[in-house]
Amino acid sequence: MHEMALAEGVLQIVQDTVRAQDCRRVKTVWLDIGELSHVAPEAMLFCFDAVTRGSVAEGAKLQIDRVPGRGWCHTCAAEVAMASLIAACPQCGGYQLQVTGGEDMRVREMEVD
Amino acid sequence: MCTTCGCGHADVTVEGEGSHSHSHSHDHDHHHHHSHDHDHDHDPHQHANGDLDFSRGLGGSHAPGISQARIVQIEQDILSKNDHLAWHNRDDLARLGVLALNLVSSPGSGKTTLLARTATDLAASLPIAVIEGDQQTSLDADRIRATGARAVQVNTGKGCHLDADMVGRAIRQLAPERGSVLFIENVGNLVCPAGFDLGEAAKIVILSVTEGEDKPLKYPDMFRAAKMMVLNKSDLLPYVPFDVEKCIEYAKRVNPKIEVLQLSALTGEGLSAWYDWIKSQRPADTAKAAE
Repeated sequence: MHEMALAEGVLQIVQDTVRAQDCRRVKTVWLDIGELSHVAPEAMLFCFDAVTRGSVAEGAKLQIDRVPGRGWCHTCAAEVAMASLIAACPQCGGYQLQVTGGEDMRVREMEVD
Repeated sequence: MCTTCGCGHADVTVEGEGSHSHSHSHDHDHHHHHSHDHDHDHDPHQHANGDLDFSRGLGGSHAPGISQARIVQIEQDILSKNDHLAWHNRDDLARLGVLALNLVSSPGSGKTTLLARTATDLAASLPIAVIEGDQQTSLDADRIRATGARAVQVNTGKGCHLDADMVGRAIRQLAPERGSVLFIENVGNLVCPAGFDLGEAAKIVILSVTEGEDKPLKYPDMFRAAKMMVLNKSDLLPYVPFDVEKCIEYAKRVNPKIEVLQLSALTGEGLSAWYDWIKSQRPADTAKAAE
């Protein structure tokens, strides 16, 4: 359950921001999580609630936006959609795919007051 | 705590570290804006005290009726702190000319057996050091030390993977000699260690032929992160329904560039190719100086 570690990472970034921005409360945290990243969004939501308890981010809403998976197909010489790491190229059915997008695990922005 | 991984960090122990291991100073990143946070985050008892802000808020210094809500742009990778520490590990290792290899697999694939055999066989030609990661016990480090190689055990407590902070501490504890090969045996787990850069030169995924050839498809993150797949326990191939060709095809499906070696740490079959590969990965100047 490495989402616990990742949620701790999110909390740390949130706490750093709270200190730097001199704010009282965190209302919402937006994450960009790629479809091909190491994160299960449901697990992240669960872990975020757990790790923020008793912190300045307690009760904050976690919004997860998915970033679509993209890959370069060497056979088609084109960028194509990749639904998962084991997906075939939707054009040629081959597996000569190199991931070009959708590995994001990023805190994008926060709503604070 | 100066890395992203909070899970079980209070339980992490590195053999040989003093009881005040959490108070180690981070002289490497004073120039980074977040370095001042370290004191607070190291102490789990202070984790719950982010409420300093609450008490201030109760004082009501804000004008009533005016919402202070605002959006702050952050754009920071969740793993940025781990990656930052991994960068330091990599830098330290490069200065020492140490080749670090991160061995990942499910439990029972034969990582420790392969390492013990490797340490024994290469003892005369190559200095070897090992960082052993397990949730509990120092059994694996004991096995490595029995070969004469240097080893340090990291117990992750509840943690499911090694992270760059743990490995950095273990490297400082171990002080690997110049030009050596440092093996990092990760916690047996085909999922979580995939995402955590430790500062290694390469991840090597060990898959034993008793596990089934479909593992690369079931756990693609790990096989994608690895530079090399070692198929271990090849001596058992006559007795198990394991399709080597299919396994390699699956691994290449998720990672077209993955290299593959087939060996048996028990019988020694295929080990010379493994040793050649290790030597080929060493930094050129180090390898030359050692000859």
